[in-house]
Amino acid sequence: MAELSSFTIDGLKCMAREGTSIIDAARQNSRYIPTLCNLEGVPPKGACRICSVRVNGKLMTACTTKLSPGMEIENDTSELNDLRKAIIEMLFVEGNHFCPSCEKSGECELQALAYRYKMEVPRYPYFFPKRPIDASHPRIVKDHNRCILCKRCVRAVKDEKGRSIFAFLDRGFETRIYVDPDLAGQLTEERARKAVEVCPVGAIMPRDEAFKTPIGQRMYDKKPIGSDV
Amino acid sequence: MQKPVIATASLAGCFGCHMSLLDIDERILDLIELVDFNKSPINDIKEFTAECDIGLIEGGCCLDENVHVLREFRNHCRILISMGECAIMGGLPAMRNGISVRECLEEAYLNGPSVRNYNEGKVLPNDEELPVLLNRVYPCHEVVKMDYFLPGCPPDAELLWQALTALIHNKEMDLPYEVFKFD
Repeated sequence: MAELSSFTIDGLKCMAREGTSIIDAARQNSRYIPTLCNLEGVPPKGACRICSVRVNGKLMTACTTKLSPGMEIENDTSELNDLRKAIIEMLFVEGNHFCPSCEKSGECELQALAYRYKMEVPRYPYFFPKRPIDASHPRIVKDHNRCILCKRCVRAVKDEKGRSIFAFLDRGFETRIYVDPDLAGQLTEERARKAVEVCPVGAIMPRDEAFKTPIGQRMYDKKPIGSDV
Repeated sequence: MQKPVIATASLAGCFGCHMSLLDIDERILDLIELVDFNKSPINDIKEFTAECDIGLIEGGCCLDENVHVLREFRNHCRILISMGECAIMGGLPAMRNGISVRECLEEAYLNGPSVRNYNEGKVLPNDEELPVLLNRVYPCHEVVKMDYFLPGCPPDAELLWQALTALIHNKEMDLPYEVFKFD
């Protein structure tokens, strides 16, 4: 077991074991660093950059950076929070995020982050890309309009033989999630539910249910994301 | 001192935001003490009769007529507010943005299940009195400068009340978490 090391977050003294990710180290000290593509139990990817912090003055992603002794971490600063807000805004304009008609609304991590950072309107122009909805699978619907390419489904959902059901297809602006039709056809109910749960937005939805939780009782209706830290 | 003057309009919206404004309940009586209303569907004043302090815009721009009304509001209102998701990002009308105008019209008037057997002359409405559909739906701030944005579908009555009273009393807007929502 590694030694406890001291470090600071926004000038406050903290302690955690060396080698833990900065995200976890911060959480252990009740400091919230926002995450979006990060998923507990799955190796971090550093894809969304929402968790960017300044470590000794340098921008790093807190999910992929391991703690070392004496780190001076900046987290809850106006500069970093605006940077995070800008990333959220880019994600909103890049896809088609119609919150009023989305089944995930109220439970969506992207939306919850937009609430937390008080996004009134994105500073960037809307793209309105033309993207399809893939409703060809028996248990799940893949809506490419809402996908933010966090790769959580690719990383976390495998079948019983360890094969990937989801994968990246194409590159750049054309990048999208490919759903293997054979493996998706054989998805057990449990794995289909997991695929829905790991998706931070409404891009993977179950086929037969929607709008189950009334407005006012959904996960982020009353408390901002990160309130549990 | 003269009371601040408010004007409102619904462009490509469903009037839900206006309904939400009425949802401030009995405080509507306080509001009419605080402000005068000019051009608005609430009082049915059709043309501007005075310069206004606050313009509330519901809905985005889906027709050339919406652009005309929005520009008129920009010219007559000191402060212009995007009220609701449609004004802010196009909202549900913007779901047509990936589809061509011709395809939309053909679906609505020629091919849709409720019109297929009834539009015998295969006519698309094209009277010159009718406003023309834009190539896509535009958020208001992509057409004119908007000063404030109140999200929600519709924005919570409390959010509208807080924002309006803050503006009228020249205070900073407090946007409480519980009512700052996109749905």
